[in-house]
Amino acid sequence: MQYTLLILVLPLLSFIVLGLVDSKWKPKVAGTIGTIVLGIITALSYFTAWEYFSMHQVAGVYEKVIPFNTVWIQFTEFLHIDLGILLDPISVMMLVVITTVSFMVNIYSLSYMDGEKGFQRYYAFLSLFTFSMLGLVIATNIFQMYIFWELVGVSSYLLIGFYYTKASAVAAAKKAFIVTRFADLFFLIGILVLSFYTKTFDFGILTSGNASVFAATTGVTFMGFSVLSWAMALIFIGGAGKSAMFPLHIWLPDAMEGPTPVSALIHAATMVVAGVFLVARFFPVYEVQTPEVLHAIAYVGAFTSLFAAVIACVQTDIKRVLAFSTISQIGFMMVALGVSGYGSHEGLGYMASMFHLFTHAMFKALLFLGAGSVIHAVHSNEMKDMGGLRKYMPITNWTFLIACLAIAGIPPFSGFFSKDEILSSCYEFSPYMGATMTFIAALTAFYMFRLYFNIFWGKEMKVEHDHGHHAPHESPLAMALPLVFLATVTCVAGFIPFGHFVTSDRANYDIHLDPMVATMSVVIAAVAILVATIMYRKESKIPGTLATTFAGLHKAASHRFYIDEVYLFITKKIIFNNVSRPLAWFDRHVIDATMDGFANTTQWVSLKIKGFQSGQVQQYAYVFLLGTLLITLLVLIF
Amino acid sequence: MDILNNIFAGQIPIEAYLGVSLIMFFAGVYGFLSRKSMLMILISIELMLNAADINFVVFNRYLYPGHLEGFYFALFTIAIAACETAVAIAIIINIYRNLSSVEVGNLDQMKE
Repeated sequence: MQYTLLILVLPLLSFIVLGLVDSKWKPKVAGTIGTIVLGIITALSYFTAWEYFSMHQVAGVYEKVIPFNTVWIQFTEFLHIDLGILLDPISVMMLVVITTVSFMVNIYSLSYMDGEKGFQRYYAFLSLFTFSMLGLVIATNIFQMYIFWELVGVSSYLLIGFYYTKASAVAAAKKAFIVTRFADLFFLIGILVLSFYTKTFDFGILTSGNASVFAATTGVTFMGFSVLSWAMALIFIGGAGKSAMFPLHIWLPDAMEGPTPVSALIHAATMVVAGVFLVARFFPVYEVQTPEVLHAIAYVGAFTSLFAAVIACVQTDIKRVLAFSTISQIGFMMVALGVSGYGSHEGLGYMASMFHLFTHAMFKALLFLGAGSVIHAVHSNEMKDMGGLRKYMPITNWTFLIACLAIAGIPPFSGFFSKDEILSSCYEFSPYMGATMTFIAALTAFYMFRLYFNIFWGKEMKVEHDHGHHAPHESPLAMALPLVFLATVTCVAGFIPFGHFVTSDRANYDIHLDPMVATMSVVIAAVAILVATIMYRKESKIPGTLATTFAGLHKAASHRFYIDEVYLFITKKIIFNNVSRPLAWFDRHVIDATMDGFANTTQWVSLKIKGFQSGQVQQYAYVFLLGTLLITLLVLIF
Repeated sequence: MDILNNIFAGQIPIEAYLGVSLIMFFAGVYGFLSRKSMLMILISIELMLNAADINFVVFNRYLYPGHLEGFYFALFTIAIAACETAVAIAIIINIYRNLSSVEVGNLDQMKE
């Protein structure tokens, strides 16, 4: 399966050609190149998936295939950094997800970004992002993953800051980069600690289930926890940064400053699930060696999920609602991984998490692209500028509705199946966890339909016909096509026998719906939707009344529970004032001053001896004579 | 007194010759350092060269009477001094054409 290398190389080439070779192409040419390359690698990924899942099953278990591997840097006999391609069920599944969403976004952007300044740059960055993300999922070892992990961070930074003349976009890009980079520091420390004790970076060895790999870590403890727990927890912090887990979630809502298709690609479907993928990749280690860390992941995920869902209920910017909904759904995936065990039925949570990752990527990309379509039509992100759009934009309306039903967990849409598996595994872990997640699922249904009704129903938006304003219109074909495609996927993806493809032990597992859990979650979701319908379908006073009744909660949630303010307080007031400023003073007045001292002394000396070079021959001769006499004198004396 | 006695006795000692050349040489050095005109400086250089010539001849005459190297060197030096004078005069003339002056103090462009 050597051709899988092409999947990685082609987007890189596309980036180089679009980004570095020539910047004077017509936008249409640049966009077509990017889209065609993406189309090719999408086809290749599908073919890889087909070949992998149909041919590489040995005795009911999918084997790990490494079609390409090369040693890049050799440190010691055991410790070396490889670059290679690892195909196993989750990486193949991710290949399909990434290329599909990326391809859809490329097509969509042809129309959405039409006429934007820097169209070619946009496509170059998209290719770079796709390349990095693909490299991340097929990494054979943790260091290769880390390299691509950082590349993903860079391309995300570039794309968020695409409108670089807009101050808020620049600030958002910076924030995203710094926050994720901060988390990556812990990731790197975790990698180093882990490889120091295990003497390997390789996923194959680390996740082989062979406990002797971790023999060196036994008995080594730090602050009461084993060193392996520390390493795995630090690695999870890296994943939490990219996946926007509390309290590192603050960058994601701001990242919505980027173009909407970028939000769909990066901040909904692919990059933000990198953390989930990381935990899944290390799952055998987490599950067998450090179950306490895995449980901590579950609690972090659950809290993040609840926290983000509450905030999503009161946000008014439609992209921010979707951003918080993304955080909440990633929380779901983390919880599912956290509560999962290893093996066929115990590994239900793992399978559910990956299933939800798959379905969520599709319907969340659909939601974002739908939101982009709406924004394209009304030129605003705010709910108050929208309403009654269903008449003007039928395709967007229907596809958006399908996605909302999917995320709310209504059968037969894909979200129902994956969310149901997550809830089942949560109930098996503990009833409290299950109840919490069910409640969050209800909140999800509520805020998604609040969003839906506010955009497409509710009060009619005022349509002005003057000053070049026009009535909202349905999006062009290039934008509608990805919507329809993703909606179709959302409708049918739930019926994929996912347990036959991706499970914790890579063996087949038949999904069976737990009727209790399924009925309950559907009923609760339906009730939540009903509540949203009553409150938002027509203009009503209920939301306002509720907001004043729970004024404190409403205000806090609108301000995202002041987490950003807390960060600002910690960074500006504490770190900047007490650490950075003294350090800056030290740098300026001690280190710089020393260096300046050297320069000043040199300058002073050269000013002083400049007189020697007078150009007067007789003066030179005089000095020469004195020197000669001096030497003669010295020779005579000694 | 020995020196004077020897002189009057018709024998000129080596120190007398060397004394003359020493005076000539330092007269040249002084002239080289103190004169403003380049022509005078040139003459000072000639003085120094001639002092050296005298030394060659005298050392040859007194220390290695059977040899001729010192004389030859003196002849060489005279030839070189003549060439050098010709070149120096040419340079001085060119400087005069450019600067309308042969004052050595004006010649400090070379420092840049």
